[in-house]
Amino acid sequence: MRDKYFDHSATTYVRPEVVEIMQEYYSEKYGNPGSFHYKGLEANEALNSAREKFADIIGSKSDEIIFTGGGTESCNLAIKGVARSLKKQGKHIITSTIEHHAVMDTCDYLERHEDYEVTYVDVNKDGIIDPESVRKAIRPDTILISIMYANNEIGTIQPIKKIAKIAKENDVLIHTDACQAIGALDINVQDLGVDMMTLNASKIYGPKGVGMLYLRKGVRIVPLIHGGGQERNLRSGTENVPGIIGFTKAVELAQEEKTEESKRLIKLRDYLIKRVTDEVPECWLNGHPEKRLPNNANITFLNVEGEAIILLLNEYKVYVSSGSACTSKTLDPSHVIVSMGLPYEAAHGSIRFTLGKINTKKDIDDMMEVLPPIIKKLRGISPVHLKASEVIK
Amino acid sequence: MIEIKATMHPDVKAKVDGKKWFYTEQVRDHFFNPKNILKTEEEAKLYEKESHGVGEVGSPACGDMMKIWVKVDSKTDRLQECKWQTFGCASAIASTSMMSLMVTENKGMTIAEALKMKPHDITARLHGLPARKFHCSVLGDKALRAAINNYFFKSGQKDRIIVSKGAEIVDKILKITDKDIEEAVLEGANDFEAVQKKTKIGVQDKTCIPRAKELIEFYKDKYYG
Repeated sequence: MRDKYFDHSATTYVRPEVVEIMQEYYSEKYGNPGSFHYKGLEANEALNSAREKFADIIGSKSDEIIFTGGGTESCNLAIKGVARSLKKQGKHIITSTIEHHAVMDTCDYLERHEDYEVTYVDVNKDGIIDPESVRKAIRPDTILISIMYANNEIGTIQPIKKIAKIAKENDVLIHTDACQAIGALDINVQDLGVDMMTLNASKIYGPKGVGMLYLRKGVRIVPLIHGGGQERNLRSGTENVPGIIGFTKAVELAQEEKTEESKRLIKLRDYLIKRVTDEVPECWLNGHPEKRLPNNANITFLNVEGEAIILLLNEYKVYVSSGSACTSKTLDPSHVIVSMGLPYEAAHGSIRFTLGKINTKKDIDDMMEVLPPIIKKLRGISPVHLKASEVIK
Repeated sequence: MIEIKATMHPDVKAKVDGKKWFYTEQVRDHFFNPKNILKTEEEAKLYEKESHGVGEVGSPACGDMMKIWVKVDSKTDRLQECKWQTFGCASAIASTSMMSLMVTENKGMTIAEALKMKPHDITARLHGLPARKFHCSVLGDKALRAAINNYFFKSGQKDRIIVSKGAEIVDKILKITDKDIEEAVLEGANDFEAVQKKTKIGVQDKTCIPRAKELIEFYKDKYYG
């Protein structure tokens, strides 16, 4: 039985081209970019050219790029960094109710421990933020807006250009977490009009533990990590040269292949959605049907619990994830599903399928041999018999 | 303040068929082959008519709902059968399955014995549950108590109905009492977040959080102060 991996938004494998290019920087060009000898210069040169290449891809200058230890770190650096540097101007931050924990919990931390005020802008029933509600939330003391580009659970794409325009008009800085968008959408910072953008490598067939923060020139942030002064003193610590080289290669390839691959994934995604919603009763697609990532399908199966679905599918080597409380460390159901106005019942039975390069139509057909009977079995033993029409109003 | 040492099991992982699985083999076995389960809605409806008592706790909104039916031998006061259904995760399924087995094996437990059983006895037979899944075994135990009470009521033994002496229902949706909080504190939960992880208190019924925090402080003081 071959793996049917539908969890690419959790992470992807590292593609061979990326592994290959990284290897050299582990075993041969292993120098510290900060050293003055040839070994160091060699690594430094590679780092600089990666930075330039990266800048080219996102339409920035090379000194506007800060490499970090991942998406979560970049989000922390952007939000805490701006908040702490502008605390004399104001202590109000705007974000949304569907952000990744990297943004949500950072804002929550600032609210609890550093006396900032945070406004969480709602989404509509399709999981999309109305730019006007961001405008309405702006106050004289607002210093930062942080809104994700595409959601990690339900895949919805946010009108980030419009929100960035509103931020500009009101002279407020804007950060966007684009970790899920990176492989599928336009990530040119000039087109988007954002002041900061978080990206990471592990969703685009790059290595784990490497991220990047685009920081527009002139935006001042306070660093989180102090030390040797690397990354223009904004992120100390010896640069992860192999990781950065791999990340740059991965983003280069992802952008090259984006149009073709997105077309293919959209077809597959819509095929999956159609088959599941046609063949399993009392289930529905969460999030907007079109304004979503090409690889994301999030479906609620009513009256069953997500973890049980995951573990039964696991037996058939079908790998998915869930917004169920039982699969989260905090025992809270998905805040994303709940903030679309759906009840908790809908979150516990939600399953996220995220497709990737290795998936084919046959993977979906194979999964469909086992998914409907699994749902039927779990519904059989469930004492709950809600109807979708009672739950979605 | 004195630091309370956690006594819970660390997350348990088992290796089955050479593959890692998130739970122990015993949990896995009961999850894939649950004992005494009613497999369909129709089966449950039919069984409800012949059963002697039924109990239900939790709600689908909380992500856990448990329903238990019992048959009792009125002469020996022993549990003859214990059937169940659940909307719940693997640990909820496995622990309820194990519990139904434990109360009915060896001619069945007497009601007195069944009421003495603790969630810990069930998780011990399962060779442990990850700490954050402990509450799943509590739900089955609660549903069983509710079913036994219902049996007392239906069979006219009103004097035996347990009004949970002194127990105060703190979380009104999950029916979590001060006793549950006491138990969680005894197991090493030393703040609200830790107690919530074990019991799920306040996840849905947010109004109970201040009272729950008060009780946690009270029991911490009582046992560790």
